[in-house]
Amino acid sequence: MSARLTRDNVAKVADLARLNLSEAELERYTEQLGAVLDHAEDVASLDLDGVPPTAHPLPLVNVLRDDVVVEGVDREEVLSQAPSVEDRRFRVPAILGEEP
Amino acid sequence: MSAIPSTALEIAAAVRSGELSAREVLDGHLARIDAQDGEINAFNLVMIDEARAAAAAVDAQVAAGEDPGPLAGVPLALKDNLCTRGIPTTCSSRILEGWRPPYDATVVQRVNAAGAISIGKTNLDEFAMGSSTENSAFGPTRNPRDTSRVPGGSSGGSAAAVAAGFAPLSLGSDTGGSIRQPAALCGVVGVKPTYGMVSRYGLIAFASSLDQIGPFSTTVADSALLLETIAGYDGRDSTSIDAPVPSLLESLGQGVDGLRVGLVTELMGEGIAPDVAARVRQAADALTAAGAQVGEVSVPAAAYGLSAYYLIAPAEASSNLARYDGVRYGMRVDAPTTAEMNAATRTAGFGDEVKRRIMLGTYALSAGYYDAYYGKALKVRTLIVRDFEKAYADFDLLLTPTSPTTAFKFGDKTADPLSMYLNDICTIPTNLAGHPAMSVPFGGGSDGMPVGVQLLAPALGESTMFRAAAVLEAAAPALDEVWS
Repeated sequence: MSARLTRDNVAKVADLARLNLSEAELERYTEQLGAVLDHAEDVASLDLDGVPPTAHPLPLVNVLRDDVVVEGVDREEVLSQAPSVEDRRFRVPAILGEEP
Repeated sequence: MSAIPSTALEIAAAVRSGELSAREVLDGHLARIDAQDGEINAFNLVMIDEARAAAAAVDAQVAAGEDPGPLAGVPLALKDNLCTRGIPTTCSSRILEGWRPPYDATVVQRVNAAGAISIGKTNLDEFAMGSSTENSAFGPTRNPRDTSRVPGGSSGGSAAAVAAGFAPLSLGSDTGGSIRQPAALCGVVGVKPTYGMVSRYGLIAFASSLDQIGPFSTTVADSALLLETIAGYDGRDSTSIDAPVPSLLESLGQGVDGLRVGLVTELMGEGIAPDVAARVRQAADALTAAGAQVGEVSVPAAAYGLSAYYLIAPAEASSNLARYDGVRYGMRVDAPTTAEMNAATRTAGFGDEVKRRIMLGTYALSAGYYDAYYGKALKVRTLIVRDFEKAYADFDLLLTPTSPTTAFKFGDKTADPLSMYLNDICTIPTNLAGHPAMSVPFGGGSDGMPVGVQLLAPALGESTMFRAAAVLEAAAPALDEVWS
């Protein structure tokens, strides 16, 4: 498994997770996450061939309910908590790379 | 004014009979918070106005001859990851500072409907990630038994609030031990119910297949009372179990005669402090003396729980915490594009441990590593479920330490995340299996700090678990009894 986590792995992951890390943070996280992953190597001794995965403690498949109309949360109350709103919608900066 | 009793059952009885008013009860607790919480820091927010209004409503019901419910006038503290409509809910994170949820969590609705007085929001490790409450953006909570030590975590504020007498009841959440470990370290009772027994609607998600809400209290009976109140099906949580709520209070006097209790070998040796292990053996003897058949049992895969958990929980967290993007709620750090705004917001809003877990989870789920880490962890989870099934074929309950040590000092484990994670070795396996477990105070360690012993039961085995907890509570040595 972990052929020891590298700084570049961590930089890539930080980018995927939308986190800006300083050089010092990258180094520290590389060491700390590497230690956790090394500890996780202990499962290498287990025979897991043919063992099915368990993603959830309950044997749930599709949980269905009757389609009953109920009152949802109040739109104005929700919008009042947003950082930026325009025309009763959430407002965000430019997307798709156009100039702001 | 009569003296205010210390337990929820006594307070509710006195308020329902009119012997005490909810207002008197509340004022007594608010005075204690005012005097002592500056040092303890159990609360992120004390809901003085809301609590006074709720107490007045309870008193009006009593005056009108109505019954306010089983928790009438009982002050109750809420972990600050439980949504309270219009009242700030932070998860002890900068990223949610100032956010006021547009709805109440189901558990909040249920305790309020039962007459409880929600008294405040308690401190936690940011987004419930931690075992000491040192990861809070708003400063650590201190252990009321010794303020140089941590209260445990992540529900450290809820445990400390009950231990300090700020409220006889509190609610926490437990993903890998976050109720039971702080209960043990603060010397109170803490319960993680069967996954699905309590609705998670309005609990801000950390790891959705593991999270469960549960009670803290000073007595086993009070936890039974609170769990009966919050348990039960809720259509707003699709993982909620549609089954009758067991009568836990009724089970308390039934004793353990004939029950088979297994002492888990893998959780009594390496990594467990000798004084803690000695208390667990003493607890086993107490159960034997009460008529239980105690034996040793091996749950081999439990030893791998930590490795599986610290891949599965961060993986789920990295997905759940993707929603904090500066768009719909909480803080935003402005930047020219949305992608840059997302990153700037998350970088400024999340603390160190949350970033670490998000990255660990993102890595475990990323292309090329998924099978090696997350996929393998899910298979280990299956082995843990199977080993528990085997153990429960021979035993009704299992017994382990709750935490490998008593409460440690501030800063002892913050530099080395793995050493902090090792606190959770005894509590994690039950979360992975979805089973119930609880911590019961059982005397002190060699340092005089509380020790908690953990009872584990198969899914929906709460009634049996509470029977044994009541026996342990009655047999528990006093905290100041000399350790031998």
